Amino acid sequence: MTRTGSHPLSTLADRIQPRDRTLLDKSFRWFCIATASTSIMILVVLLVAVFYLGLNSLNWNFMTHYPEPDASAAGLGPALWGTIWVCIVCGMFALPIGVATAIFLEEFQPSNKWLLKFHGFVQLNINNLAGVPSVVYGILGLTLFVSMAGLFGTPNEPLLSVGVRYYDQFFTAGQKSLRVPVADPAQPNTVAEPGLRALNSDNEWVVANVVDSRRDLPRSMEERRYAIIQGKSSGRIEEGSWYYFRLPFGRSVLAGSLTLMLVILPIVIISTQEALRGVPQSLREAGLGLGSTKWQVVRNITLPAAIPGIMTGSILAMSRAIGEAAPILILAGAIFLTNNPGSLMDDFTVLPLQIFDWAGRPHREFHHLAGGGILVLLAILFVFNLTAVLIRQFTQKNLT
Amino acid sequence: MNTQTTPEKPASLSKRPTGFMAVDTETASAIEPATMIEMDAFSAWYGDFQALDNLDLEIPEKRVTAFIGPSGCGKSTLLKWINRMNDVIPTAHAAGHLCLPDIDILSRTTDVVALRRRIGMVFQKPNPFPKSIYDNIAFGPRLHYTGLRRSDLDNLVEWSLKKAALWDEVKDRLNQSALGLSGGQQQRLCIARAISIGPEILLMDEPCSALDPASTSRIEDLIFELRKQYTIVIVTHNMQQAARCSDQTAFFFEGRIIEAGPTRELFTRPREKQTEDYVTGKFG
Repeated sequence: MTRTGSHPLSTLADRIQPRDRTLLDKSFRWFCIATASTSIMILVVLLVAVFYLGLNSLNWNFMTHYPEPDASAAGLGPALWGTIWVCIVCGMFALPIGVATAIFLEEFQPSNKWLLKFHGFVQLNINNLAGVPSVVYGILGLTLFVSMAGLFGTPNEPLLSVGVRYYDQFFTAGQKSLRVPVADPAQPNTVAEPGLRALNSDNEWVVANVVDSRRDLPRSMEERRYAIIQGKSSGRIEEGSWYYFRLPFGRSVLAGSLTLMLVILPIVIISTQEALRGVPQSLREAGLGLGSTKWQVVRNITLPAAIPGIMTGSILAMSRAIGEAAPILILAGAIFLTNNPGSLMDDFTVLPLQIFDWAGRPHREFHHLAGGGILVLLAILFVFNLTAVLIRQFTQKNLT
Repeated sequence: MNTQTTPEKPASLSKRPTGFMAVDTETASAIEPATMIEMDAFSAWYGDFQALDNLDLEIPEKRVTAFIGPSGCGKSTLLKWINRMNDVIPTAHAAGHLCLPDIDILSRTTDVVALRRRIGMVFQKPNPFPKSIYDNIAFGPRLHYTGLRRSDLDNLVEWSLKKAALWDEVKDRLNQSALGLSGGQQQRLCIARAISIGPEILLMDEPCSALDPASTSRIEDLIFELRKQYTIVIVTHNMQQAARCSDQTAFFFEGRIIEAGPTRELFTRPREKQTEDYVTGKFG
């Protein structure tokens, strides 16, 4: 028992000591510095390794040429253009849909029980979709966009196609190609018969020299130009104009872009919701109090105030999209392309897939190419993040 | 939002000129002013919680009516019902009569956008848009009218800012951000913004609670000026403010109006004991 008046702990002076906390405090500080440095060190090591590996591959030919089997001449042109195409198309779909969904969820209060349930359902779905691994989206994209569940025929025999011409292509004994225009993609491939008329590489009609067997082939290269052995079958090729469109989409730029849109849509929606929530309620009240309609409040007050947040979130989502390899690998496969995509329906590949392809090969030269590809991808990501920072800085300066 | 109203009041818009289109009547002190807002057995709820209970009140035209009472007594709720700002709260609903001379405010068919053009609102915290001073004032007119010329807007901005006694302070910096103004200036800007669309009624929800005494006194002078032209309803926690600048006062307590009448009478000879305790500072 302690005497009234003195502090209860004063009688315990021989048993208790003041706690010395300075050492723990200092150690904690050093621990934090150490962990922070570790993550930076890892990044530095990664960057140095990639630069060491890939810096020598970087040149104009590497940026523009197709990935031919000879490592010294190979480039990532189609993959780079594929990434640019996919990025733009994906953004054109993901941003309007994502922002509109977020506006619906944040700005429109559900006015009855059913709308409230719908709101909750949409929100729950988005939160769950944000956690789904991207491989799963690849499989979804395969059914939904590539084959469209078989509802519109197959990609090779599409139910609807606009802006495309089909040809059956023969390779002659003289290493030339002859093309026979095909009216209906559903008809079987043309077989070489005597009197076959076809287009040569200069788009002129010629009559092919169809011979009975290998022994009948002419001797001179000049005469072999249009010589084909009878019964030889052709390969179906398609020549799309820039507005080429078909249902189903097939393994095309559009299918890939829409699949990546599904991957980043939850991110765009959630970051836009955050940005909209950051707009003070008092600004909305001010707008409503002046007699704004809902649309006028969103258009004139909420969206302008939320644009910095929306842009930052969207750009980060886009940089996730261009770094994704898994869904594209499932959707398009690791394919060898010599041409850059020219329309939404063209085959494509993207930088992560090209890197994946090179990095998996046994020869050392291809690893250097992979390193170069990583540097290009990192450069694009850096530009994206820089844009996000600049937009944030610029727009916030305007507001205050 | 659920509203239950008796159907006999028509919900049509007034054809008479309103707001800045109306004649500026300098001498508004008629002996017996007309009633602008009429409440009859008006009750309001948030979900199951009854915020307002059976209110009967007439708010006179071109006068200042003050709502006083302790926090949570429902005075701000009533203010928000008058221009239907409570529509954004899904659980809010009301019953009874709440009418302008020509329009039933609570009716489902009432065009709230048109209603809010006639009933301006000034909020507790100054809330200018993050735009220029000019664009803040021009915002409302641009919402409601097309075909406005730059010169029309220039005139309107000057007129509104002069009315709100802010013109001299900001006329050289109209294109600068409104967020650079002081709190008192921002609140006067919000008043200028509210009157720029020519309302008949101005609702003010504790407009001076975030301001220093000098700014408060300027706003009070402004309210006194504006009552010549507008019906003003002001919610305040400041008893002196109610006494200084209002013609009518209603004392709220726990969702009911305990007493309402001419301000001088209510402050000097209150009929109810509760009112007397409140205005003399014994509670609240």
